[in-house]
Amino acid sequence: MCGIVGLFLKDSRLEPQLGQLLSDMLITMTDRGPDSAGLAIYGSATEGKAKVTIQSAKPDIDFADLERDLAEAGLPARVAVKSTHAVVAVAAARLADVRSVLAAIRPDVRIMGAGDSVEIYKEVGLPKDVVARFDIRSMSGSHGIGHTRMATESAVTTLGAHPFSTGSDQCLVHNGSLSNHNNLRRELIREGIAFETQNDTEVAAAYLTAEMAKGKDLGQALTGALDDLDGFFTFVVGTKSGFGVVRDPIACKPAVMAETDRYVAFGSEYRALVNLPDIESARIWEPEPATVYFWDHQKAA
Amino acid sequence: MPVIDLATTPLREFNSALHNIQKGSNDLSYEVANPRGSHAVAVGIDGPVMVDVNGSVGYYCAGMNDGGTVTVHGSAGPGVAENMMSGKVVIEGDASQYAGATGRGGLLVIKGNAASRCGISMKGIDIVVHGNIGHMSAFMGQSGHLVVLGDAGDALGDSLYEAKLFVRGAVKSLGADCIEKEMRPEHLQKLAELLEKADAKGVRPEEFKRYGSARKLYNFNIDNADAY
Repeated sequence: MCGIVGLFLKDSRLEPQLGQLLSDMLITMTDRGPDSAGLAIYGSATEGKAKVTIQSAKPDIDFADLERDLAEAGLPARVAVKSTHAVVAVAAARLADVRSVLAAIRPDVRIMGAGDSVEIYKEVGLPKDVVARFDIRSMSGSHGIGHTRMATESAVTTLGAHPFSTGSDQCLVHNGSLSNHNNLRRELIREGIAFETQNDTEVAAAYLTAEMAKGKDLGQALTGALDDLDGFFTFVVGTKSGFGVVRDPIACKPAVMAETDRYVAFGSEYRALVNLPDIESARIWEPEPATVYFWDHQKAA
Repeated sequence: MPVIDLATTPLREFNSALHNIQKGSNDLSYEVANPRGSHAVAVGIDGPVMVDVNGSVGYYCAGMNDGGTVTVHGSAGPGVAENMMSGKVVIEGDASQYAGATGRGGLLVIKGNAASRCGISMKGIDIVVHGNIGHMSAFMGQSGHLVVLGDAGDALGDSLYEAKLFVRGAVKSLGADCIEKEMRPEHLQKLAELLEKADAKGVRPEEFKRYGSARKLYNFNIDNADAY
């Protein structure tokens, strides 16, 4: 089944509440999937800096002295630990080096996502526990997406949790199941893309990354997904400044959206939206099948 | 009139109260506050009960209704009035997917728009939608009437049996075996009656087109035996 939520703020005065609002939305969707939960939060970017969210099954060992060990490996970084996750902040020019240095000095650490502004937190367990463990409520940001999983494809593991991030500042959450993901995975591997799981959603995320690497914007990549991905899907995606929604042509997975002057919100069910400010006066609608919806801070500005 | 606040009263308690109303009881009207998208509000009514829901509901509101009158002063999630037997359900806002699915009787009125698969496998229910309906509506509809004042999405009436479909606006496409049919006096009369019951004012039956089954799919055709 799965439950997905998303919130894209137009009014920057709401930004300090992003974590709080998104947490409540996701917890409301708990009964759509109890296996794992995750959130991606787009916070403020620092000029010239990039960050990588990493996860460890043994955070006490892996994260101890990580800052020092990174420096010794020639990669100056700041490490902020949150439970099983840590956010490694480096100079933007060094972002590509983080993967290789970590693989050398901390081979068991997994990279959840990277970019200028995104932080991704996901674990096995209920949304309320994931939200509390990573103190999501205290986070501010411009937009974010969340997912609570009922596993249908691939194992119940931290890596099998959503959001899936396969490109810088990109991430995707999915309700549904894809039927041509194995073929598509093989094609993407031939194009040089690496996969970490057998999960169908990771293929969808990687597909979008690959299409955007060819020069498409997210809207164009999502339009292409309608032709190239087979199966049931409702996707909610985030980019550094954008937020998109698309459903397959059959559109049997539920979706409801709300828009006011201050935000755009997505929920698998209307229940997820009822605590948002001024929801009573929001325009509320069900996204049409095979139709791409997309908002972008940069385009709005 | 009892007012049930779903912010404080468990839904199960409210639905049980509806199920336990004794024959001859005078307390037949309920008002519901704070539904906040709850699932299964007022499901399984089996008598002449009136329920007014002030706000939007989630999945399966008023499902299996048999004789009750449920009005939602808001929008409804998937499966509203699914498998209704008799009575009336009115949604003042929009309805999500498969509104009135498999309904066997009664009247479902949606004052806003309905999403995909409205009236899927309908078996005697009458559905009147003041706005538009989504794709695959009345799929495998067996009997009853679907009246749409606005437009219909793709594949209207796919694999239709004997449900009668009336659409005033544009139909994006007709499903397999669904064709436009002649509007005869008895259809105009039935349509007028349904429009009145559904409080659809300023609309004339002559503005609608009728769609129904070409009846080519639902009997086995021996000439097609090679295809199996």
